[in-house]
Amino acid sequence: MRKRIGLIALWTAALAACSSEELAIEEIPPQQEADEDHLKILYWQAASILNPYLSSGTKDVEAASMVLEPLAHYDDNGTMVPTLAVDIPTVENGGVAPDLRSITWKLRQDILWSDGTPLTAADVAFSGQYCLQAAGCNAAPSFADVAAIEALDDHTVHISFGVEKPFPYRPFAGSVSPVLQRAQFADCLGAKAVACTEQNFHPIGTGPFQVEQFRANDVIVFSANPHYREPGKPAFATATFKGGGDAASAARAVLETGEFDYAWNLQVEPEVLERMAAAGKGEVLAAYGTLVERLIVNQTNDDPNLGPGGRSLYLDGGNPHPFLADPAVRRALSLAIDRQLLVDAGYGAGGRVTCNIVPAPAMYASSANDNCRTQDIDEANRILDAAGWLPGGDGVRAKDDVRLSILFQTSTNSVRQGTQALIKQMWKEIGVETELRNIDGAVFFGSDPGSPDTLQKFYVDIQMYTNNFDGTDPETYLAGWICSQIPGPDNQWLGTNSPRLCSPEYDALARRLAGTAALAERAAVAKRMNDVLVQNHYLIPLIWRARLSARAKTLKGVRLNPWDSELWNVADWHR
Amino acid sequence: MLRYATRRLLFAVPTLLAISFVLFALLDLAPNDPTGQLPLTIPPEVRAQIRDSMGLDQPFPVRYAKWLESFFVNEPLNLIEEMFDVQIGDSSARPRVLSWATRGPVVDLIVERLPQTLWVVGLSYLVGILIALPIGIVSAYRQYSWFDQIGAFVSMVGFSVPTFFTGLLAITVFSVMLQWLPSIYDTTHEVTDLASFWVQIKQILMPVLVLALYNAAQLSRFMRSAMLDNLNLDYVRTARAKGLRERVVLLVHVLRNSMIPVVTMIALGVPTIFGGAIITEQIFRVNGLGQLLVVAIQGADIPLVQTLTFLFAVLIVLFNLVADVLYGILDPRIRYE
Repeated sequence: MRKRIGLIALWTAALAACSSEELAIEEIPPQQEADEDHLKILYWQAASILNPYLSSGTKDVEAASMVLEPLAHYDDNGTMVPTLAVDIPTVENGGVAPDLRSITWKLRQDILWSDGTPLTAADVAFSGQYCLQAAGCNAAPSFADVAAIEALDDHTVHISFGVEKPFPYRPFAGSVSPVLQRAQFADCLGAKAVACTEQNFHPIGTGPFQVEQFRANDVIVFSANPHYREPGKPAFATATFKGGGDAASAARAVLETGEFDYAWNLQVEPEVLERMAAAGKGEVLAAYGTLVERLIVNQTNDDPNLGPGGRSLYLDGGNPHPFLADPAVRRALSLAIDRQLLVDAGYGAGGRVTCNIVPAPAMYASSANDNCRTQDIDEANRILDAAGWLPGGDGVRAKDDVRLSILFQTSTNSVRQGTQALIKQMWKEIGVETELRNIDGAVFFGSDPGSPDTLQKFYVDIQMYTNNFDGTDPETYLAGWICSQIPGPDNQWLGTNSPRLCSPEYDALARRLAGTAALAERAAVAKRMNDVLVQNHYLIPLIWRARLSARAKTLKGVRLNPWDSELWNVADWHR
Repeated sequence: MLRYATRRLLFAVPTLLAISFVLFALLDLAPNDPTGQLPLTIPPEVRAQIRDSMGLDQPFPVRYAKWLESFFVNEPLNLIEEMFDVQIGDSSARPRVLSWATRGPVVDLIVERLPQTLWVVGLSYLVGILIALPIGIVSAYRQYSWFDQIGAFVSMVGFSVPTFFTGLLAITVFSVMLQWLPSIYDTTHEVTDLASFWVQIKQILMPVLVLALYNAAQLSRFMRSAMLDNLNLDYVRTARAKGLRERVVLLVHVLRNSMIPVVTMIALGVPTIFGGAIITEQIFRVNGLGQLLVVAIQGADIPLVQTLTFLFAVLIVLFNLVADVLYGILDPRIRYE
C-alpha cells in the first residue's frame, strides 16, 4: 500500500516537473477568451513549416501568407494587385520587355521587415536563388524558364526568361512564391535549406503579422507586425492559427460553439453544414476558382496480364484501351451522368455542375459544352447500340468478347465514395458494369514511382479527383495534356497527362498558346484546348468545386479568395 | 534483483535493434508518400526532386544505417551537450533525425508534445486508477449487491463504447448545447494564476474524463476479480479468526495480495500514456504525441513515425521489466535469483 502511494507521488512529481518546464519555455502573455484583439483561425490540417518553398501542403503556404508576402497577389476576383511592388508591370507601361523575355518589377520604398530593416531588391533576387538552388523547391514551377533574377538597384528587380513568356508573372506572384529576408536565410541555400529549422519555423516577413511561437503540426501564435506598412492594421494585436482534428469539428467550432473566428476547407456533407449554420453563430462562405472534380478516362490498356512492360503504357499508340479508346463509349459514359444529383448529394453550396476543365476565369470558360448538363440515358443507350455494344445475358454490354466492365478508383473520402456509388448506379442503367476502389490519399496523390496505386500509374480504367491551377493563367495547366507528358517508365512516371491522350491538334494548340501574348487570342486558344479535352471525353468534368470556409458573424472584412491564400487580406479583418 | 534487472536490460538491446529493423522495413514497404499532401499544381518532376532531397533515392540499407547513426549516436550526443552545456566534437555537422513534413528535428517535436500528453493522458490514467480501485474493491466485497450491479453496468458501457463516441457526445452536450466547456484544447495556455488555472481545468476536464472512464472500466473489473480470488482463501478466514477488524482484513491482507496482478496491469499500461490516446487527442485537438503520430502517418513522415514507434517499443520493453520487478517487491515469495 505504502509503495503504491509512493508510485503515485512519483507520478505527480513527474507531471509537476514537466509543467514547470513548460512554463519556463513560454513567455507569451496568456490569452483572454474571445476578445476584441485576438483572432482565432482554425485549419484542420495543422501547419508543419512556415517556409512555403519547403511546405508539405496548402495549409503551410496559407499559414505563411500571414507573414511572408509576394510582389503581387490575386484578389478575390482573380485580378492581380501589387503587394510589395508599386504596380503590375505590363508591355504598355514598359515593365515587360516587348520581346516578352523579361519583366522588371519596381518595389515600394516604404516596406520594412518586421525586424525594422528595409526590404530591398536584393531580398527578392535572393529568394529566387533560394528556390532555384534548393533541392526540391515546391515553387519550382513558378520559376520555370527563369534565366536570371537581378537587382538593378535597391528597388528594381529584373527577371529574364530563357524563352518567350506571354505570362511573365509567375515568379513572386501569389503566396506560393513570397519574398524571404536575405539576411535571415543567407546560410540556408541549397542542401542547407532543410537544416535551417529556426528560419523555417520563424521567418521574418513584411506581412501584417509576425511569428511569436511556432509549434509544428499544432499551433502558431502571431502578433501584429509593428512595422507593417499600413497604419492601424492589422486590427488584431495577436492571432492564433490552430491545427488538427477534422473538417466537421472545425465547422462546429465556428458555426456552433463560436470558439473560433475562421475555419478553412470544410468538405463536409451539405446537410451537416446546413444544420450547423442554423445555430446562427457563423456563416459558410463559398468561392469558385478553378477546382474541377473530373473523371479521367484511360486511353491505354490497363490489363494486369500485360505486366509492367505494357500495362497502362502508351507505347506510341500501340496499346489502346479495349473499349475506352472508342469515342462512342466515352460519350455514352458522360451522357449517363446526372451531375446535378452528384452536386446535391455531396457538395450542396460548395459545388456547381460544370462541363469544362477550365471553368474560370470567365474569359477562359468555354460555352460549347453545356449539353452535358442534362442526363440523357436514352441517347447514351442509342449511341452504344449504334456502335455495336449490345447487352449480353447479364445485362452488361459487350462486343467481340469485350465487356463494358470498368474498374473505377479515387481517393478515400466519404464524399468521393458517395459520388462513386451514384455514378456506378447511373452507368448500370446503360449496361456498363463498374467495380469501385478507393485508395488512401497519401498513396493515390503521392506519385511514388514504386507504388502501383498512384494516379500517374493509373492501373485502372477510370479515376476521379480534383485538380486546378495556380493563379489565373491556364497555360501550364493545359500544357499538362500534351503527348510528351504521358507518364511511363522512361520518365519515371513523372507526367501529368494521366489519361494518356496524344492528339497532334492539341499539341499544336499548346505550342500556339505558349507563343501568343494577346489576351483575347490566348483565351480563344485555351477554350479550344478545353473543348478538345472535353468533347473527346478524355476528361469528363463533373463538379466545379468551391473553396468552402466559415467565418464567425463577429468577424468582418473576410473576402474568400479562390485564387490565392484564403488569408490574403487578413490585414483587413476586423471585429 | 539487481543482477536480474541488468541481465534483462542487456537482453533488451538486441530485442530493440530487431524491433527497429522490423519497423524500418515495414515503413519502407508502406505505399504512402511524403508528397501526397502537396497540391496537384506541383508537377511530378518537382515531387521527385522533393523525394530525393529527403534521401529517398538512396537504397534501403543506407537509409537504415543513417537512421541508426542519427538516432543512437547523434541524438544522445546532442542531448548530453544540451544537458551539461558542453561541446562534443562538431555538433553542427552531425545529422539529426529530421521530420520530412516540418524539416525540424524529430526529438524536439516529441519533447514539445510530451507535456500535454502527460497532462491529459497521464492524468486520465491516474483518475482512472483512482476511480477503478475503490469500485473494484467494494464490488468484490459486496458481490451481487446493487453497487456491484451498477458497477458492472458502468464498466461494461465504459469499456464497450468507444472514446470517439463518448468524446463527441460530451462535446455536443457540454460545448454545443450547454456551452460550458471548450471543445478545442489550447496547447499554448499557461497557468499563472487562479483564473488561468480554472481555464486549464475547464479545457482538460472533458478529455480526461472521457479517457478516465475508458481506463477505469477495464481496471475496475480486473480489481474486482483479483479481490474475489483472494476473499475466499484460508488466510482471510485466519485473519478474521484472529479477531482483526474487517477494515484491516480487507485493506491490508486481501488488498495487498490482490494488488499484485493489478499493479502489473497498471505498469504494463503506462507506455500507452506516452503513446497518447490517439483518437481522444484528435477529437479534442490536444495535439500531443498521439496526434503527432497520426499526422505523421497520414503525411508519410517516415522519420517521425519510425522514431515515435521505436520510442514506444522502448517504453514497452522497459515497463515490462518494471512490472516484473514490482511483482518481486510486492510478493516476497517471488525471487529472481
